[in-house]
Amino acid sequence: MPSDPIIRAQGLTKTYGEVHAVAGISFDIAAGESFGLLGPNGAGKSTTMRMIGGTLGRSGGHLAVAGLDPEVEGSTVRAHLGVVPQQDNLDEELSVRDNLYIYGRYFGLPRSYLRAKIPELLDFAQLSEKSSAKVDRLSGGMKRRLTIARALINEPRILLLDEPTTGLDPQARHTLWDKLFRLKEVGVTLVVTTHFMDEAEQLCDRLIVIDQGRIKAEGTPRGLIAEHSTREVVEVRFGADRNAQVEPRLRDLAERVEVLPDRLLLYTEDGEAVLEQIAAAGLHPVTSLVRRSSLEDVFLRLTGRSLVD
Amino acid sequence: MTDLCELTRLADSGRLPPPAAVAARVRARGIWLYVETWLLASRTWVVSLLIVAVLEPIVYLLALGWGLGSLVDRQVGVADGVPYLVFVGPALIVATGVMAAHQESTYPVMAGFKWRRLFLAAQATPLMPRQIALGHLASVMCRYLAQATLFWLVLLAFGATRSAWSWLVVPITGLTAWAFGACVTAYAAGLEDEGYEFALLQRFVVMPMFLFAGTFFPLSELPAYLHWVGWISPIWHGTELARVASYGAPMTGAALALHLSVLLGYAAVGTIVTTRRFTRRLTR
Repeated sequence: MPSDPIIRAQGLTKTYGEVHAVAGISFDIAAGESFGLLGPNGAGKSTTMRMIGGTLGRSGGHLAVAGLDPEVEGSTVRAHLGVVPQQDNLDEELSVRDNLYIYGRYFGLPRSYLRAKIPELLDFAQLSEKSSAKVDRLSGGMKRRLTIARALINEPRILLLDEPTTGLDPQARHTLWDKLFRLKEVGVTLVVTTHFMDEAEQLCDRLIVIDQGRIKAEGTPRGLIAEHSTREVVEVRFGADRNAQVEPRLRDLAERVEVLPDRLLLYTEDGEAVLEQIAAAGLHPVTSLVRRSSLEDVFLRLTGRSLVD
Repeated sequence: MTDLCELTRLADSGRLPPPAAVAARVRARGIWLYVETWLLASRTWVVSLLIVAVLEPIVYLLALGWGLGSLVDRQVGVADGVPYLVFVGPALIVATGVMAAHQESTYPVMAGFKWRRLFLAAQATPLMPRQIALGHLASVMCRYLAQATLFWLVLLAFGATRSAWSWLVVPITGLTAWAFGACVTAYAAGLEDEGYEFALLQRFVVMPMFLFAGTFFPLSELPAYLHWVGWISPIWHGTELARVASYGAPMTGAALALHLSVLLGYAAVGTIVTTRRFTRRLTR
């Protein structure tokens, strides 16, 4: 890493009674990096994010954000941060512009600064024309972009994004990813939690895979796929009752076979060749497709479960 | 389309003080920053509130002060040696202030945590939970004071005050509403869900406190076994003080000190518990 990490967690733990929401995780995030926390719902991602923002105390371990302990210097840490929460908490009764202004005043930012800053943020979020519209008139994607614009009001060095595109349609997601890319280009550190593997692949330079409060793997999206999966995956469906039945006959055709309730996954370097072998063996799947390995496969391999239940 | 140069400026314009300075400023002035934004946001409903705040007293004073008052004055004679309108006026200011406090301290508090989640939005900024709690209490205090001032002006217009100190009814109402509101806010901040709690509170706590608090008749007219309702009701303590201010109702120094102490006590306890509960709820 080029310099001291902007966020460093060592043995970070959060316990609720007997439940270990976060069970001793360690990671470093470099300034300007786009870092992902990938895991299913309830893995401890949001809990980790809140500890970074100092709005949740930790039960153990060390944590430093911009060199500060968020639990001791929460308000200063949050002055460094932009936070995009999982659930929008815009004031729906107010206009788009007023939402940005009020949030800026929570930071005590001067009115003259805000007057100049708000049009720039609206331009970035492609909401200039909606400036006077009430927030409850906006679409889901627009609200999300406004929440991101709001998080940028204090020119944060670090942007925390908790499930940034959950609930958005594909086009709105791509628009949002594009915005986040641009921020990364100008040096903003992105910390993203997600349970979408495509989002993690698109957005993150590096990520940790979390399950049940523990880190299962760490690396670049490509690196993780190379390490924990094969180049290609063949997905075949024989019908719900036949999938498990056929599995023994396919076992030798691929490096690894996973049986899911609705389909079989065959991990291999050459998918087309495997498909031909399946046909040659006289098996005729109802549907079949060959695709590249994804982080979903990595997660399945590491935990035996899929990301989205 | 935004070019790289504009983007760089968006991310770092060089026009902001360093984060440590931003945070230090919020730590020093956070409560007032919160109040300022609350007042700004109140623009959307303030007009309708002000209209109600003028019309409501007029209706109350016409019906109770003149209507009921003329009957009372003819049949039973005057209470405290003043016409019924003068007697009931300051009490109504206090009572409507407490009604407003009940309103501001129930659903809006639940909404701040759960429905609109505006407290959670504020918490992602350098504001601290304690400042959000105190900021909320101070913000709604602005409403109580504005409403009480309007009511007092209507009372003046009705010629229903007898003392140069009658304006003190406004801060007395503010204190009473804070005392009551802070306790209810503390209660609401501890609730996870709202089923019927606020409705029960309205019917079985606020209403008795209002009806048995010496608003419409002196507490001494009630049978002795009901006096305790008045004693525990901030409305009664506020009302007694408001009558002293408005028309110089007789009161010993000790009684005055006692009424004031009770209200300050409620206010202090409510404020402390509210602050604790906000902090716990926003950091768990």
